[in-house]
Amino acid sequence: MNAKIDSSLWNLIEFREVSFHISAIPGREVISGVSLTIVQGETVVLLGRSGSGKTTLLRLINAMLLPTRGQVLVQGRATSDWDPIRLRRGIGYVIQEAGLFPHFTVAENVGLVPTLEKWDRCRTAVRVGELLSLVGLDAGEFAGRRPRELSGGQRQRVGVARALAADPPILLMDEPFGALDPVTRAELQREFRGLTQRLGKTIVFVTHDLREALLLASRIVLLEGGRIVAAATPQDFIHLDHPEVRAFTTALNGAPGVPA
Amino acid sequence: MNADSGYWAFFAEHRAEILGATLDHIVLVVIAMALAILIAVPLGMFIVQRRVLRGAALGLANIFQTIPSLALFGFLIPIPFIGGIGKRTAIVALVLYALLPILRNTYVGLTGVDPAILEAAEAMGMTRAQILFRVRLPLALGVILAGIRTATIITIGVATIAAAIGAGGLGTFIFRGVALVSDSLILAGAIPAALLALLADFLLGLVERRLRVA
Repeated sequence: MNAKIDSSLWNLIEFREVSFHISAIPGREVISGVSLTIVQGETVVLLGRSGSGKTTLLRLINAMLLPTRGQVLVQGRATSDWDPIRLRRGIGYVIQEAGLFPHFTVAENVGLVPTLEKWDRCRTAVRVGELLSLVGLDAGEFAGRRPRELSGGQRQRVGVARALAADPPILLMDEPFGALDPVTRAELQREFRGLTQRLGKTIVFVTHDLREALLLASRIVLLEGGRIVAAATPQDFIHLDHPEVRAFTTALNGAPGVPA
Repeated sequence: MNADSGYWAFFAEHRAEILGATLDHIVLVVIAMALAILIAVPLGMFIVQRRVLRGAALGLANIFQTIPSLALFGFLIPIPFIGGIGKRTAIVALVLYALLPILRNTYVGLTGVDPAILEAAEAMGMTRAQILFRVRLPLALGVILAGIRTATIITIGVATIAAAIGAGGLGTFIFRGVALVSDSLILAGAIPAALLALLADFLLGLVERRLRVA
């Protein structure tokens, strides 16, 4: 694409002819021959229907899955060569419903990776305070609460704060706002957009919602049946002439009450 | 003198022996439960990720649980070292009996943790041991304790039968009472045993409720 950013420092994440299949289902590939380069500071949104392979692609980045063929490189190094524990501690991860630990307080949840990384108590506590205010939660009010004492939106904010705790260069997000009510979702999307612009993280974001993709992405990558069928900036994406792109834009425009 | 006051007079007269037998009974149950917990909880943690071993361990524990208690005592008596007549054989049998509920609940509790939580834990770079001890185990504690509670109730009951092989405890009164056709003697064993089981159930229920995390 662009010759001057073709260095391993800038190519933070690189898929090289990656295929993945589950051994129990021979023949059916979940991911087929995907090549994709994600550079520093990008927000790449993986868009696709359920079962298109978006989440699988995400899990290949932090070595929760290893490719059957091809290579996934993170900071120029194949995920199969990384110590998975080290790799994952440098990658923030947010999932739907946040996956917060119910037996931990908000502060303990957010401070988990720093604690695993053996930061001292004081530094962790300061960091937790910073992060909670970053995601718009008052530390005094929320630090001691348990996840069940939070609303869905608040839980998701804590999930984002937790993912950012050790200041990882990469953030993976798997439909983080999918389970929220539309109003809260829109609120969090807007705030998250502001946050990503300030922080300059490299973000890979999975969604099946084109509107969310258009709002957050610097680049949209469309998956269909485990293959990349289109990739473009949001401005260009909606004009692409591909049946699956049209399927998504039609669904968006066809939805009642959606502003153009 | 009516029958009711007859019982009371009997209990009052033999309170020292009844108390002694109750204490014997409690000691038997506590030793057996301590051993069963020490075996079943670590074993349950060990088999979570090991499919073959899991089937074998749960199957074996299930067999012990299924054998009628008196028959199990009978099987143990001829075995050298652990067998014979007395407390030791009884404790071995009680431990075998208590294993299944604890083992099964430990396994179910550890594997019943919300997959999203386990996924988050793995994705944040927790090691397998960290996930087991900091996530799975604390979240499974309520379920494990429910297993311990069930096992304790069973053990208090089976321990009365252990008197048949000379283990002492409250069963001694019941067996003697049956032999002598004495209601007073039977109740002197049966009432404390029943109260003991109810009390254990109540107390462990309290602890269990405190440990359950929503």
